[in-house]
Amino acid sequence: MRALKVTALMLLAVACAKENASNSNTASSTATTSGSVDLTGAGATFPYPIYSKWFSDYAAQKGVKINYQSIGSGGGIRQLSEETVDFGASDSPMSDDEMSKAKGGPVLHIPTVLGADVVTYNVPGVTAPLKLTPEVIAGIFSGNIKKWNDTRIASLNSGVTLPSSDILVVHRSDGSGTTYIFTDYLSTAVPSWKASIGKGKEVKWPVGIGAKGNEGVAGQVKQTPGAIGYVELAYAKQNNLPIAAVRNQAGQFVVASVAGVTAAAAGVAKSLPENTDYRLSIVNAPGADSYPISSFTWLLVYKQQKDAAKGQKLVDFLNWALTEGEQSASSLDYAPLPTDMAAKVKARVATVSLSGAK
Amino acid sequence: MTSLSAQWLDRDRRRLILEQSAIPDTIYGILTAACALFIPALVIAIAVAIFAAAWPAFAKLGLSIVTSSDWDVAAGHFGAAPAVFGTLVSSAIALVIATPLAIGVAIFLSEFSPAWLRQPVGFLVDLLAAIPSVVYGLWGIFVLIPLLREHVMPFFRDTLHLGSTPFFSGAAYGPSMLAAGVILAIMALPYISAVSREVLMAVPRSQREAALALGATRWEMIRDAVVPYARSGIIGGIMLGLGRALGETMAVTMVIGNRPEISASLLAPGYTMASLIANEFSEATNDLHLSALMAVGAALFVITLIVNGIARWLVWSVSRARAK
Repeated sequence: MRALKVTALMLLAVACAKENASNSNTASSTATTSGSVDLTGAGATFPYPIYSKWFSDYAAQKGVKINYQSIGSGGGIRQLSEETVDFGASDSPMSDDEMSKAKGGPVLHIPTVLGADVVTYNVPGVTAPLKLTPEVIAGIFSGNIKKWNDTRIASLNSGVTLPSSDILVVHRSDGSGTTYIFTDYLSTAVPSWKASIGKGKEVKWPVGIGAKGNEGVAGQVKQTPGAIGYVELAYAKQNNLPIAAVRNQAGQFVVASVAGVTAAAAGVAKSLPENTDYRLSIVNAPGADSYPISSFTWLLVYKQQKDAAKGQKLVDFLNWALTEGEQSASSLDYAPLPTDMAAKVKARVATVSLSGAK
Repeated sequence: MTSLSAQWLDRDRRRLILEQSAIPDTIYGILTAACALFIPALVIAIAVAIFAAAWPAFAKLGLSIVTSSDWDVAAGHFGAAPAVFGTLVSSAIALVIATPLAIGVAIFLSEFSPAWLRQPVGFLVDLLAAIPSVVYGLWGIFVLIPLLREHVMPFFRDTLHLGSTPFFSGAAYGPSMLAAGVILAIMALPYISAVSREVLMAVPRSQREAALALGATRWEMIRDAVVPYARSGIIGGIMLGLGRALGETMAVTMVIGNRPEISASLLAPGYTMASLIANEFSEATNDLHLSALMAVGAALFVITLIVNGIARWLVWSVSRARAK
């Protein structure tokens, strides 16, 4: 009787072990299928549409498969630091502190394309693009300008009938590169913004409501008369949102466009030191055509590649992206790098070491 | 021939032995015990992981994480009091709206409804629980918020002249504590009503017949004989709904306005703990920020435990009062 009990227990234990074994079998078999993926990356959601186009084009042309998870810039930096991915992607450059914590050694920032933020609004009766200066944008988003017919707005838009209604500020509630670019711009162009609010992927907004994602902000602005918010250029163009013309450093009012964003990068590129690490902010760039609220987005790769074969694939891909990839960027409303800058970035890609030696 | 019958006999005897033996019971006992212990072990493991990740923030900032109102990531200030407030208030609004409605539905279905109506209405109410929360959120943005902004909020503020009270003061933009409360009420309703309905239907016939025999009207029978009998079950259902409301993330994030500020006005935007974590976690790189978000998660865990504790105590005291 007792023996029977023991046997039964053993049978049960074996059954359990088998169960576990079959589980781990399926786990390892999925690992082998994903093993046919050559490179894995993770990070920013903002450039995901263009990256996924690149990865599928590249797989079709060269047969190299790249798996990219758009989990957000923060997650991309964390995963790269832990060496769980071959490359990361971020909309804001890594800080020195984050760089020093990366386990695989020095990290290279490779700018790929440019994005921009636009100011969108819902002001009944206004059809032509509103003209705004950085000071007025800062005034609105910090709550100092409360009404649409405030003289500070009206004096920039003579001939436009502005209502006397309250302004409702809509900002992002989730941490995002979009907010980083927007607050980086206001911090650079308006000293009082830098002192009171500062820049970051999320900041402490003095007024307004938070909405999740570009679609949340755009939806809220569309629905609420008197609302103003900021969204990505690509999102605004694809959804035909009204866009404000923003005054740039040269004093011109510029409506955001792919060309204007590339012009901003070119304006900054002129004065770049030779040994730049490309952790650059290009907000409020010089140049008459430059759109001022724009930024690079980066791929993050280790300078020392531990696996020579993978490292070679990564370098090949980066070179492809910086030449052929750039040409398809504007079809998805991303601004390509200025050509001479792309050449310089390629020279930087060439410094990636494949030996693994430190 | 004899050998065959002997075989049969043997087989019967064996089956008899197996049926009388304790082995199947033992196996069954072990299996169910494993299931029963696995869940608490999981809860403890989750709690340990959250508190361990939250520890750096608690060590550095102490309880100011839940008592301070200053949430400023750029400056390194992490005070989630507005989110704690928002979680409690939005859930309270949800219960105030959902409880009477849900119990009304349950009483109708168990006591008054003709048989042909009971099934479809019950099914539709239960279906509310199956709608994904992001769909509730979208509905909130496109239907509920415009409705609240253009009709409900002006009604409270201007028609009922409540605009001068702190609860309905300020501009009505739409995304607000009220919108979150209403969405949560709709989401919690099926849980409360499904549990209440089952409990009410389980009240013995004799209970009802006794009340009617004493000359009670139908209303008196329900009020004095049926509902008190089912009270502890109904409270359990309300607590299940409250649990749903406390932890809901997506739908609330989409309609509450995500503003970390404590305001008495139901028309003002607010924030909840779950929304705060969902909004900021994916882009948090700074260690203290991550840990502070974990600390908010830990606080939500504790609040949920406390609420469940209160629910247990309520059910216990109600059933004890009845036993007396």
